[in-house]
Amino acid sequence: MTKAEVSAYATRLGDDALILGQRLSEWCGHAPTIEVDLSLANLALDLIGQATHFLGVAGDSDQLAFHRDALDFSNCLLVEQPNGDFAQTIARQFLFSTFQELHLQALTSSKDERLAAIAAKAVKEVAYHRQLASDWVVRLGDGTEESKTRIEAALDWMWRFVDELFEMDELEMKLAKERVGVDKSTLRVEWDRRVDAVLAEGTLARPAPRRPVLGGRRGHHTEHLGHLLSQMQFLQRAYPGAVW
Amino acid sequence: MKDWPLWEVFIRTKGGLSHRHAGSVHAADAKMALEHARDTYTRRMEGVSLWVLPSAQIVSSDPADAGPLFEPAEDKIYRHPTFYSIPDHVKHI
Amino acid sequence: MYTTDLSGKDKKQPAPQTVEDPALLAAFEARVANDEFIEPKDWMPEAYRRTLVRQISQHAHSEIVGMLPEGNWITRAPSLRRKAILLAKVQDEGGHGLYLYSAAETLGTSREQMIEALHSGKAKYSTIFNYPTLTWADIGAIGWLVDGAAIMNQVPLQRTSYGPYARAMVRVCKEESFHQRQGYELTMALCAGSKEQKRMAQDALNRWWWPSLMMFGPPDDKSPNTEQSIRWRIKRETNDELRQKFVDVTVPQAEAIGLTVPDAALRWNEARGHYDFGEIDWEEFYAVVRGEGQVAKERMQARVKAWEDGAWVRDAAAAHAAKRAAAKIAAE
Repeated sequence: MTKAEVSAYATRLGDDALILGQRLSEWCGHAPTIEVDLSLANLALDLIGQATHFLGVAGDSDQLAFHRDALDFSNCLLVEQPNGDFAQTIARQFLFSTFQELHLQALTSSKDERLAAIAAKAVKEVAYHRQLASDWVVRLGDGTEESKTRIEAALDWMWRFVDELFEMDELEMKLAKERVGVDKSTLRVEWDRRVDAVLAEGTLARPAPRRPVLGGRRGHHTEHLGHLLSQMQFLQRAYPGAVW
Repeated sequence: MKDWPLWEVFIRTKGGLSHRHAGSVHAADAKMALEHARDTYTRRMEGVSLWVLPSAQIVSSDPADAGPLFEPAEDKIYRHPTFYSIPDHVKHI
Repeated sequence: MYTTDLSGKDKKQPAPQTVEDPALLAAFEARVANDEFIEPKDWMPEAYRRTLVRQISQHAHSEIVGMLPEGNWITRAPSLRRKAILLAKVQDEGGHGLYLYSAAETLGTSREQMIEALHSGKAKYSTIFNYPTLTWADIGAIGWLVDGAAIMNQVPLQRTSYGPYARAMVRVCKEESFHQRQGYELTMALCAGSKEQKRMAQDALNRWWWPSLMMFGPPDDKSPNTEQSIRWRIKRETNDELRQKFVDVTVPQAEAIGLTVPDAALRWNEARGHYDFGEIDWEEFYAVVRGEGQVAKERMQARVKAWEDGAWVRDAAAAHAAKRAAAKIAAE
């Protein structure tokens, strides 16, 4: 493995956390109850912390977060999806955290000590994210008619971005072979099992398979990312070189 | 729509100590109450263990009964070790 | 300082007068005078209960509405570190609101009732949050000035007479101490930065200075409830005393980082041992109390929207809990 390869991989991990953390932070002050507001902020803080660490492996984390354009961002498309209503936020979190926990768990035995150490800390945070989101999927699925309709619509919105989570390209296959990275395709069976169990408890049907939308890892994003970046990067762009 | 029920939160700050009342949260169910307690009251490493229980389940004494309940203990000074004087040269007692 | 009583000025009708048992009242006053704490189930005069509900809920509302002006900048924070600090800080404000609503609930009001009072405009919150956050420097100014002012009032309230309120304030104060320091540090970074950054910092001080002084509430001779509140240990120092204290500690902090306090009348008075400062525009203060602050409408709109958009979520969780409870009973 080369330094550039590890950096590219760490950037993917960091970008996933950064973009989802940024999305969740949009909720602050606007959640359904104060307690839920606090929970969502905790998730966002965990993710921003993870992003700082992973991007730090690739270089200067602020430089990477605030000075790249969409083409150079390599997060998966799922995490950049808009918050929508609470159901959409929960569906996104549930699908992603279930994946992220498995991914990080496997990464704890990476031969790259920095990645392994970050993963070991982050996996505990993410186990809680997964639990929190799963509990909400069950409540919304098995709550009222309205909540069921909303969580079904949310899962339907997100489902086309699921396959990308497990996508392996040449870079990641090489790193997996060298036991620096993780063969994400092997995580799918366990992910399916966990997701199906929660959906069943929430009396929800698994969305029908569909043609996957891919491209995030190669910088080809949905329209939403550009708007997210224009907001997030505003100050750094407006005052080049300033220290904050 | 009414508020979600109120739960009382108790935190054990470290091993060896008992759980202590920290405050309360609103939650629809027990699992949510634990999650809300965690996200509200342990953001600064305040705890290693949490209890939550529905506020409505707490039975408390009436302040008006404070006299009969607690004052009778006041004159039972023989319950306290300092009541007994032992000569100084006797050790380990 | 979210505890200034703002309801005195525009009260439409006098509060109902309850005739209290003189013996109970005397015993209560003696306990309070003796620095004892009053607990939820203890006997208390109706006026004490009413005043507390109003003050604590107003304080809670201020924390919750206060999330909005700073929340306005979370997604635009200029570094990952600043983003995490700001998010954690605004989250703390939410936590403080929650502790305070809980304290008020021990007095027999529900959170729902309090939130409805806020949304209908019946309940007040601190005037300071009806000013807009226009630049990143405002985030520094709020932490430094607004939280600085808040701490002055909140520290003595840790010994306020009502137990649940005092305990909530102990927790709030413990968490609050980082807020002011991060605000000042943020402002310091701007002052050490480029010309544009320094201009931003000075502009923020110019806009937030006077509203911060107004946070302490009307002058003592126009603050009708002060005497009783001080006797009841719901308030520990008068508005003017606290305001003077704030000016005295804050002016040197501004000077230390090269900022100018926007008050031509400001000067050190050797004889008094305090700063003299200019006249506050009370007309502006009362206008903001009446709801005429620049972003009062936006603030309320955001709170009401969050509450209404969340209604189906709260209903769903309650319905789910009821289903689970019913299933459990059926299984037994």
